[in-house]
Amino acid sequence: MSKKYDAIIIGGGHNGLICAAYLAKAGRKVLVLEKRHVLGGAAVSEEVYPGFTFSVASYVVSLFRPHIIRELELAKHGYEVIPMDCSFLPLPDGDSLARWADPHRSRREIARFSKKDSEVYPEFSRVMTHMGKLAKAVIDHPAPNINSIHPKEIANLLRLGKAFKDLGPDLLNLNIKLVTMSALDFLDLWFESDVLKAPMSVSGIIGTFQGIRSPGTAYVLLHHYMGQLDGVFRSWGFSKGGTGGVSMACARSAMSYGAEIRTEAPVKQVLIKNGEATGVVLENGDELYAKTVISNLDPNRTYLKMVGESHLEPDVLKDIKRFKLRGSSGKVNLALDSVPEFSCRPGDGDHIRGDIAIAPGIDYLERAYDQAKYGEFSTRPYINAVIPTLTDPSLAPPGKHIMSCFVQYAPYHIKQGAENWPKYREAFGDTVVDTLAEYIPGLKDKILFRQVLTPWDLEQTMGLTEGNIFQGELSLEQLLFQRPVAKYSGYKTSISKLWMCGSGTHPGGGIMGASGELCAKTMLTSRAI
Amino acid sequence: MPLPTPFFPRTSALCHSMKWKEWAGYYAVCSYETLHDTEYYAFRNSAGLLDVSPLYKYRVTGPDAAAFLSRIMVRNIEKLAIGRVSYCCWCDDHGKVVDDGTVMRRGEQEFFVTSADPCYSWFSRFLRGYKVELSDISDQVAGLALQGPTSRDILKQVCDADLDGLKYFATCKARVNGFEVYISRTGYTGDLGYELWVDHEHALKLWDAIMAAGKNYDIRPAGLDALDVTRVEAGLILKDVDYFNALHALIDDRKSSPYEISLGWTVDLDRAPFNGQAALQAEKEEGSKWAIVGLDIDWPQLEELYYKRGLPPVLSNHAWRSSIPIYTAKDKRIQAGYATSGTWSPILKKNIALATVQKKYDKIGTELQFEVTVEHVRHTVSAIVSKTQFYNPERKTFTPKSSKS
Repeated sequence: MSKKYDAIIIGGGHNGLICAAYLAKAGRKVLVLEKRHVLGGAAVSEEVYPGFTFSVASYVVSLFRPHIIRELELAKHGYEVIPMDCSFLPLPDGDSLARWADPHRSRREIARFSKKDSEVYPEFSRVMTHMGKLAKAVIDHPAPNINSIHPKEIANLLRLGKAFKDLGPDLLNLNIKLVTMSALDFLDLWFESDVLKAPMSVSGIIGTFQGIRSPGTAYVLLHHYMGQLDGVFRSWGFSKGGTGGVSMACARSAMSYGAEIRTEAPVKQVLIKNGEATGVVLENGDELYAKTVISNLDPNRTYLKMVGESHLEPDVLKDIKRFKLRGSSGKVNLALDSVPEFSCRPGDGDHIRGDIAIAPGIDYLERAYDQAKYGEFSTRPYINAVIPTLTDPSLAPPGKHIMSCFVQYAPYHIKQGAENWPKYREAFGDTVVDTLAEYIPGLKDKILFRQVLTPWDLEQTMGLTEGNIFQGELSLEQLLFQRPVAKYSGYKTSISKLWMCGSGTHPGGGIMGASGELCAKTMLTSRAI
Repeated sequence: MPLPTPFFPRTSALCHSMKWKEWAGYYAVCSYETLHDTEYYAFRNSAGLLDVSPLYKYRVTGPDAAAFLSRIMVRNIEKLAIGRVSYCCWCDDHGKVVDDGTVMRRGEQEFFVTSADPCYSWFSRFLRGYKVELSDISDQVAGLALQGPTSRDILKQVCDADLDGLKYFATCKARVNGFEVYISRTGYTGDLGYELWVDHEHALKLWDAIMAAGKNYDIRPAGLDALDVTRVEAGLILKDVDYFNALHALIDDRKSSPYEISLGWTVDLDRAPFNGQAALQAEKEEGSKWAIVGLDIDWPQLEELYYKRGLPPVLSNHAWRSSIPIYTAKDKRIQAGYATSGTWSPILKKNIALATVQKKYDKIGTELQFEVTVEHVRHTVSAIVSKTQFYNPERKTFTPKSSKS
């Protein structure tokens, strides 16, 4: 049995591709197997409707680690992210709030709702910038293993401790609030205006089956600020060619170092012999052997489908089954005949070139969550929409546009049963379009094509269990050395020679690339490959 | 995107250089002509008219107005007489400066406050318990600075105020062609000069009246470039250049106490509690780490460095505001501090700078080394610590008739 490959990576998402690139760059023979015809996983661009390239699932980039761009020469391979200038909030009463990269412009906008808030806003950003500095200590290193007394692990723990200590007493205090409070309570420490707090608080619930008043959501808020090292609002951006552009740059980088990538090659199972992964078997029956196998799939899929319950110790099995995925969001992508115009601020001005939030109030958001708690999708959901074609005209024919809508809440477990989601898919799509049409009166007439992805669809197409966009909730108990499970957090699994590199591992999701990178680096430094 | 100030129709028609910058979210002229020399000489020789509308402006009224402001400011505002102006700063809990500005007492229960940063949120944190009303009138009141030796004569043509009796740092109400303005004998040039505060609706009428009256007194519209030279000559510090707002500073090292930025004289410690009092008391006892000083940069040495390269000495036309390292005279490897702004002073014929140095180097006459770059090569020249106020003409404070007479 010849082992042609040093590693087989299951899943060609951006983390899998990054992991492949690092391993190939280090001289290892790597094969990436992607079940779909396109690469990227959830960071994928597809021409779903002729002439229109959708960022089907994930749609904006911010957290991608800058050193990965340098180390994998991604700019050379086509990585290009165009910053967004504005966060726009239309309101039902005809008013609106736009927050801009220009601080004085933002101040004047916010002052219409609260003069105090307008002046506190830069102070909040300053504090979050400090908190974001933790990113380097937290996301750019493997999580410390707190069960180990190995000097390296202790050093790693001390390094993390030092990063927190360096914040100083005031900020450390605030950090404790940040990891324990709800997003809304945390924002209440600074702001008084609902109009400002509502669109800010949603960063705390994205991809999480929690409400803005649920404790712990303040941390998710921070997670979305970690990319904000360069300034206030410029750091979220559009990937040229859609988010698949990031994945394709990673793929080209990996191939330039000699990695082999196969699409339409679905893996059925990991081959395990004497408790050790030896390769994979494809759906078509082909067996491929490698010295190591790396799964870019989420923990649930990796352990329960690729490995199989029979290979798992009872404790691991219990922990994996308890790992919270709980998809809470869907996606609606619209191909439009012309620019959508908001009645509160008409025209195709700069205000709609960034992200657009349908989050017209605290109670609106909480009510949206209330429905989800009882197994319904929100009839008036939180929507985060972008019109990437205003920034990147290459995505659609001239004058035509794409409106990409992230929609929360759409619980995976609807009361009718998840498998019945297809029956409610179009009703869900209608809800989203109806909600948007309240702000964009002419929207329905402009729609040329509509793609609706429920959490069930995200599971079926992308392989995201329960449709969770982060491969597992970013709640504190599922982070760092507890991601995905306490015993096996350092990219290793309970199966020897089987590793994990997806966002279900530390530090989590959001097109960061960190899981893929850290998995490869951990394997290389520990001479596992 | 910056907004136009109420004077924009006039300033934009006159700004031939097209040199503008953003100031607090407004368009502000850097210089009306390509070179700002004539505007500088207007400030020092005749009169310059500068649009200062982007300053933040607040009105504080009510029975507790003085007590409220005293709780915020490092100066005891209760002692401020009606019709007087106080230059002061305000601090956070740790005695670090948040901003600086002027407080004008217009009546027993009425104050007008200017600041460089928006301070409504900061001030309103301390409102509770005071019978006081705080209003942000930044967008309702326009400001003009008329500065220079002929400014009094010009203003006399325009308004009915007793300008011969208006003392330095005094303020009064006046009428101009049927509308009201507030005049304060204040400014940022360190010269004889006035600042005028007027409601937006009368702004252009005020501009036109002053420009017309100034015709025979060589009035010039002046921009921020000329102002920057004069303010360094006068030793007046600038927020975000010579120090940082403590609320915006990313690291503690960027925060400064009033003692460290040459505003120790404004601190009135022995009184009812005010923001930063305990920390400032402690700093006063224990001593400060830093001090802002003036630097007189040795001209012959600089000249020599240029001559060695076959060049005449090159002088920047502009005041500069980049951080330049300052070393000790004994050892050029030991950094004593850093200069934050400086200029060639055309009136003093000196190369001067404002610098933040460690306290032990702040004695007047101390020799330090100032880094210069001559034809791409770095050198140091000697610089002598001096008072920050390099230029202080008698006319700045002289009042023709004393208010008692």
